Amino acid sequence: MNTRPPAIVVSGLRKSYGDKLVLDGIDLTVPRGTVFALLGPNGAGKTTTVQILSTLIGADGGLISVDGHDPAREPDAVRAAIGVTGQFSAVDNLLTAEENLILMADLHHLGKREGRRRAADLLARFELTDSAKNLASTFSGGMRRRLDLAMGLVGDPRIVFLDEPTTGLDPRSRRDMWQMIRALVAGGVTIFLTTQYLEEADQLADRIAVLDHGKLVAEGTAGELKRLVPGGHVSLRFTDSATYAAATRTFGDVPRDDDALVLRVPSDGGVAALRGLLARLDAEAIEVAELTVHTPDLDDVFLAITGQPQQEKESAR
Amino acid sequence: MTTHALADSATMLRRQLRHMKRYPSLTFMLAGMPVVFLLLFAYVFGGALGAGIGGPTGGRADYIDYLVPGVILMTVAAAAQGTAISVAMDMTEGIVNRFRTMAISRASVLTGHVLGSLVQTLISMVIVLGVALLIGFRPTATPVEWLAVIGVLVLLTFALIWLSVALGMVSESVETASNLPMPLMLLPFLGSGFVPTDSMPAGLRWFAEYQPFTPVIETLRGLLLGTPIGGSAYLAIAWCVVIALAGYLWAKRLYNRTS
Repeated sequence: MNTRPPAIVVSGLRKSYGDKLVLDGIDLTVPRGTVFALLGPNGAGKTTTVQILSTLIGADGGLISVDGHDPAREPDAVRAAIGVTGQFSAVDNLLTAEENLILMADLHHLGKREGRRRAADLLARFELTDSAKNLASTFSGGMRRRLDLAMGLVGDPRIVFLDEPTTGLDPRSRRDMWQMIRALVAGGVTIFLTTQYLEEADQLADRIAVLDHGKLVAEGTAGELKRLVPGGHVSLRFTDSATYAAATRTFGDVPRDDDALVLRVPSDGGVAALRGLLARLDAEAIEVAELTVHTPDLDDVFLAITGQPQQEKESAR
Repeated sequence: MTTHALADSATMLRRQLRHMKRYPSLTFMLAGMPVVFLLLFAYVFGGALGAGIGGPTGGRADYIDYLVPGVILMTVAAAAQGTAISVAMDMTEGIVNRFRTMAISRASVLTGHVLGSLVQTLISMVIVLGVALLIGFRPTATPVEWLAVIGVLVLLTFALIWLSVALGMVSESVETASNLPMPLMLLPFLGSGFVPTDSMPAGLRWFAEYQPFTPVIETLRGLLLGTPIGGSAYLAIAWCVVIALAGYLWAKRLYNRTS
C-alpha cells in the first residue's frame, strides 16, 4: 500500500487562457484515501484545476500525476481511475435516471447483468429508486446532483473529483450530499473537492488548500486554517472598567477595545471552547454584559491570508 | 481505448435511438417540412410548372415526378438541421464533458450522433417517399436502380450529417445550430430541384449547375425516372466524398480541441 504513489501529485502547475494567467504554479499532494479540498472564490482557478487533472484540458506547464499517470501522456489510464462530478450536472436529460446509469455501465463495459445490478445499487444508495424511471429533466437540483455523483461512481473509481458539489443546493440537499460524500470516503475512495464554502471543506476534508488568483495561498487542516484567521473569536463586553481590568488580567494578551470595554478572545467557537471560557470567567467571578461568538468564514480566511476580502460572495448561500 | 470503439459507438447509437424514441415528434417534424413543400409544389404550383416542363402533354403528374428528387434532398437537409441541433444540445450540456473524462473511444460520441441521424433521416425519407407515391409519383427504377438510389442517398446523408455535426459543434448555442444549416435547405431551390437550371438567368444558372446538390438530384432523377445521367453520378459521388471528409475532419478537430 505504501509503495503506491499518492493519488494526486501536482507541482508547478501553470495554465493561462491568452493573456489571462489562471493557474500560477500550483503544488499539491493528495495521499490515497483522503479528502482534499480546494477552497476559493469564483474565478480562483478551481474548476480549471479539476479540468486539467481530469484530462479535459491540457496544462501549460508543471508535473502532474493522477493515480501514477500523467494526464497529458496517458489520458486513458487516468480516465480509467477517476470519476468526475462537475459543477453543472452532466446528466442526459432525455434519459431516465436508470438509463443514465446503465449508459455509464455500458461505457465501462460492465456487461448487461452487472450494469443493471450496479445501477440498482447506486439508485438505492443515492435515494433515487423511486424516481428511477423518470426523465432526468424532471429532477430537482438536489436529485440531479445525486444522479450526477452516482454516474461518476459507476466505474468504481479510485479517485473522485467533486467540482463544487453543493453550489446552488438548498441547505437540506447540501447536508444530504455531505452525508453521501462521507459514505464514499468510508469506502476508501480518494476525493478531490472544490468549494467556495469553508464550512463544506471543514465538514468533509482532511486537508484544505486555499486558492486565490491562481496561487495556493495557504494549506493545512481545517483547524490550522482557522487558526490563521483572527476572525474566530468570542467577543466579551463588560459594563465597568473594574471588571474589564480583571478580565484583561485573566485572558492576558488578546485583542481588545479599551473604549468599548470589549475583549476578543480567540476561539473556534465550539461548545468545548465556550465551556472552558465560561468556566474561567466563573472561576474569577467576572460578570459579562454580552457574549457573542464569531466563527470564521471564508471571508475571514481570505481577509487573513490575502489581506483583502473575497470579491464575489455567493449570495445564493 | 480504441479496442472498444465498436462497443462504445453502439452504446452511443443506442443512446441516440432512445432519444429519438422518446421524442418521435422531432423525427416527424423533420419529415413534415419536406412533405409540406412536396404538397405545396405538387398542388399549388404543379399545374403551372408542369406545363412549363412537360409541355402541354405534361402537367401536374409529370411535375410530381420531376419534383420528388429535389424534395428528397430537402429531407436530407432538414434532417441535417436536426443533427446540428442535437449535437449543439449535447455540447452545451455537461454530458459530453463527462464522456471526455471517461476511458471510452473518443470518436464514439460523434459516431453515435452520425449513425443515429442516419437512421432518423432514412425514416423521414421513407415517409416523404410514401407521401410522394400516394400523390402519384411513378418511378420507373429497376431493383438495381433502387439499390443505387439508396446508395446515393446514404452517401449524401452521411456527408451532410458529418458537416452538420461540425456545424453543431462550432455553434455556441442551440439557436445558432438551428440556423447555420439553413442554407442547405435552400440549395435544392438554387439547383435543378424544382425547375430546370436552363430556365434561370445566367449568374444563377452558373451557380445552380455547379453547386453540389444538382448532380445528386440529376443522378437520382436518372435512376428513378430514366432521364440521362451522364457525368452527374461521378460528380455526385465526388461531392459527397469531399463534403463527408471535410465535415468529418472539421468535426473531429473541434471535438478534440482542448481548452
